[in-house]
Amino acid sequence: MRWVNRQVGRGGRVLLGATPILLLLLVYIVMAASRHAVNPADKILPLPGAMADSMAALLFVPDQLTGQLVFWADTLASLQRLGIGLGISTLMALVVGLALGVLPPVRATFGPLVTGIAVIPPIALLPILFIALGLGETAKVALIVIGIAPVMIRDIAAHVSALPKEQVIKALTLGANSWQVMIRVALPQAMPRLLHAIRLALGPAWVFLISAEAIASDVGLGYRIFLVRRYLSMDVILPYVAWIALLAIVMDAALTFLSHRLFPWAHGESH
Amino acid sequence: MSTLLSFRDVWVEYGDRIIIEKLNLDIEEGAFVSVVGPSGAGKSSFLRLILGQEGPSRGVITLDDTPLKPECGPDRGVVFQRYSVFPHLSALRNTILGVECEKAPVLGRLFGSARRAAQEEATEMLTAVGLGHSLDLYPAQMSGGMQQRLAIAQALVKRPRILLLDEPFGALDPGIRADMHALIRNLWRKYSLTIVMVTHDIREAFTLGTRVLALDKRRHDPHAPHRFGATVVYDLPMRERAEASSEENENITIDVKRNN
Repeated sequence: MRWVNRQVGRGGRVLLGATPILLLLLVYIVMAASRHAVNPADKILPLPGAMADSMAALLFVPDQLTGQLVFWADTLASLQRLGIGLGISTLMALVVGLALGVLPPVRATFGPLVTGIAVIPPIALLPILFIALGLGETAKVALIVIGIAPVMIRDIAAHVSALPKEQVIKALTLGANSWQVMIRVALPQAMPRLLHAIRLALGPAWVFLISAEAIASDVGLGYRIFLVRRYLSMDVILPYVAWIALLAIVMDAALTFLSHRLFPWAHGESH
Repeated sequence: MSTLLSFRDVWVEYGDRIIIEKLNLDIEEGAFVSVVGPSGAGKSSFLRLILGQEGPSRGVITLDDTPLKPECGPDRGVVFQRYSVFPHLSALRNTILGVECEKAPVLGRLFGSARRAAQEEATEMLTAVGLGHSLDLYPAQMSGGMQQRLAIAQALVKRPRILLLDEPFGALDPGIRADMHALIRNLWRKYSLTIVMVTHDIREAFTLGTRVLALDKRRHDPHAPHRFGATVVYDLPMRERAEASSEENENITIDVKRNN
């Protein structure tokens, strides 16, 4: 049988998918063990036990200075920044993207501006944000918004303006005005695309969040990683990275689930 | 029969490309006009003119003796070959949309008794096109024929002065197409519609229409093919045959075979 025709069943998929991950973990443990055999105080490749010990301190023991559980305070701060940034970007994508996509005069006026902002590397704007908005939460959220909103806006605008022209004409012959075309024809069909755009924006959003936290912050997942780097604390960095990956996967899966649940017509389900 | 739509010396030009030249035409109320012609003979432009998607470069088009605005409006309904229905709405909500747009300019939605009245009207129209049992299906769950039925119901709920059909049955297979022919004839008679149908299918044009218009170029310059536009070269009244065949078609019910 040719490879393009080999379908993998459910059990097979789990097994095949887990194999490279487990293999990678095994390779890590073997390498860590061999380094520790030579030097028991090795910090570069910590053993799982060492990771568990240092993480337990961050998870369950309140920080002496602030009285907070460090790990949870970091997670909460980062998720809050990410959530606000994503929320503002999503709202902007919906409002601006819809107007750009449906109304030609708006597209003519603001299209070039959005394109212009979208091609600026957001990190290059970070100093401006810190100067203008200070080193607090606002600048970090602003970096996320500037980083992902233009791309999302352009994606929604392109999707909306690519809707078949026949649909808009049909709506007009049904007596719709511009506003009704926007809310009854374009908006519902943009929603599944919006959830997809959020999924794609999650990756860059994390990048901008970690960057902002690394440069100026006093709490947050990115801040912690860059802080403990000074002490070569791989036993903290690695679990933190794994935790970030887990959070990202959960968000992605939740968005996919939500899209299938809310917009079954867009996924060819219930066929 | 009074004149509903009239073209007076209408030209359509894009730069120095002439698409339609010197078109003079009157369409009576209650007519079923089929429009045929080779590709590039301005069939689509003709339809866009009536639809209001574009205006004529010269000349006047009047509907009920008032000049047409170059913008689509609820007095002219349309069914395209594809993309005529909204994929995110069920059949019933696709059909209600026309009523909702008229009565709810801000929210675009009706509630309470107004909504129930609209639903009743839409259900009646969907039953008339044979979709009475598919009210809650989404277009993606429907066959091509059912989608076209839905598109027709959606347009008719607005009671348009003219119904425009742009190759509405072109993408359907022959059996279903025959059912659709019977359906559109029945609807035309039942609701006293005025229909303008553009089609590639000559047979369809002659069997359905009470009048067949052939669009083509009267003159042709091989060195500058775009210098002359198309106009009506044949205008064939089919009334007698239409009346005669209507007798034998009397017992045709909607989708007897239930095959779409």
